[in-house]
Amino acid sequence: MLTLEIVFGQRIGSVFRGWTDKIQEINKKYEKPRITMSPGVKIALLFLRVYLILLVILLGYKFWTMLK
Amino acid sequence: MDFGSTFFYKYRRFIKTLKIYLLLAGPGLIVMLADNDAGGITTYAVTGSKYGYGLIWFLLLLLPVAYVVQEMTVRLGAVTKRGHAEAIFDAFGSFWGWFSFIDLALVNWLTLITEFIGMTAALAIFHVPPVFTVVIVAIVMMLMVLQGKYWTWEKIAILFAALNIIYIPAAFMVHPSVSEVLSVGLIPHFPGGFNGTLFFFLMANIGTTIAPWMIFFQQSAVVDKGMKEKDIPWGQMDTLIGSAFTVLVAIFIVVVTGTVLYGVEVESAAQAASMMMTTSPWLGTCIAIGLFNAGFLGAICISLASSWAFGEVFGWAHSLNMKVREAPWFYACYLFALITAGGVVLIPNAPLVLITLFVQVIAVTLLPAALVFLILLLNNEEIMGKYRNTTLQNIAGTVIVVAIIVLSTAYALTTLFPEWLM
Repeated sequence: MLTLEIVFGQRIGSVFRGWTDKIQEINKKYEKPRITMSPGVKIALLFLRVYLILLVILLGYKFWTMLK
Repeated sequence: MDFGSTFFYKYRRFIKTLKIYLLLAGPGLIVMLADNDAGGITTYAVTGSKYGYGLIWFLLLLLPVAYVVQEMTVRLGAVTKRGHAEAIFDAFGSFWGWFSFIDLALVNWLTLITEFIGMTAALAIFHVPPVFTVVIVAIVMMLMVLQGKYWTWEKIAILFAALNIIYIPAAFMVHPSVSEVLSVGLIPHFPGGFNGTLFFFLMANIGTTIAPWMIFFQQSAVVDKGMKEKDIPWGQMDTLIGSAFTVLVAIFIVVVTGTVLYGVEVESAAQAASMMMTTSPWLGTCIAIGLFNAGFLGAICISLASSWAFGEVFGWAHSLNMKVREAPWFYACYLFALITAGGVVLIPNAPLVLITLFVQVIAVTLLPAALVFLILLLNNEEIMGKYRNTTLQNIAGTVIVVAIIVLSTAYALTTLFPEWLM
């Protein structure tokens, strides 16, 4: 199995391993949102998702037109 | 009784209140005066040169905007004892947590570069080489945090913040017509009619009023200071006084450039200072010092906001009350941000204008999320208890947050697509 230690060598690989372990630990710690998902919260989070998707599309469009 | 005793006896309650305030003042005052950072000073200077005193009334509207948003961070920090980054992770889960955190780290780093641009440009007026400016600023900023006490850091920061009011004497030096400032500035109107350019300026002024780092900085500072629920009224007062100062300083900058450079094409505060230097060296010096100080104050807060956020998310020790050996990663983040952002400014032909524009665009990907999370957290009874938003606070908060989101998004989009304004 390809591991970080094999790809980057023992020393650097273990540094990266430490980081990935830490990130996994954070993800596990905050796995479940503490806030109650009321309709208001759900609508607000949906709005944020749509807003960010639209913004990313516009940024992508700008980047594409700049390349053209 | 002598005069001193009589004065003290007569105003003893006021003096006592002032003493308590001075002990507790800090995060609100610092964040608000740092809000007038290098980018903010440029926006106000250009606004004054373009529209004279015509948009002063609009700046006054920014006082409640700044206060309502930042006051929420005081309550949230004092009640949860958590910074905004940690609060988002905890309440909304790791997806929104990582999104906010990575976005914040990027926006803060880019904004830090713009602060260094402002500081080097300001000192270049006095023929100080950029390398010297960057090195000295990095050393002073490190010394400020390395002394190991939040309280000491805060009081030094307040001293720098006080220098921000240099624009007030500067405005008196240009002898503006007070009646004209009042008659033109205080009556709401759109100078030259409402058009695309004016709208752009209104958006730019709103955009500089609330930045993502301000929300994260003040909440983390409230936590690091150790403010408790009982301190909330003082924190609110601190934020209100800070908001008043930030608007006052903005108005005086507009008065300076509106008097001296009205109708002149100005692109930055550094350019305005250089122009004034030729006609009135004292005035030019004041503006340049003010610009440097604005960048410095902004840099202090932004780099700390990032370091606190890193500490909160990764669980590292993160307090200005700790020594370097107790919180090595916290100080390493702070130093890393300073050195890399300062280093970018020193790269020959670095795309600094592009970076400045890019900041606005990236900031707008984070600001709506940070504001929406703020409102949602402040409405959660489980988290906030009796300190949650009242109906009136929710109405004010929601209206202001929606207005900021719409205008700052429009500002970022017109920066990206200037042809849309035509």
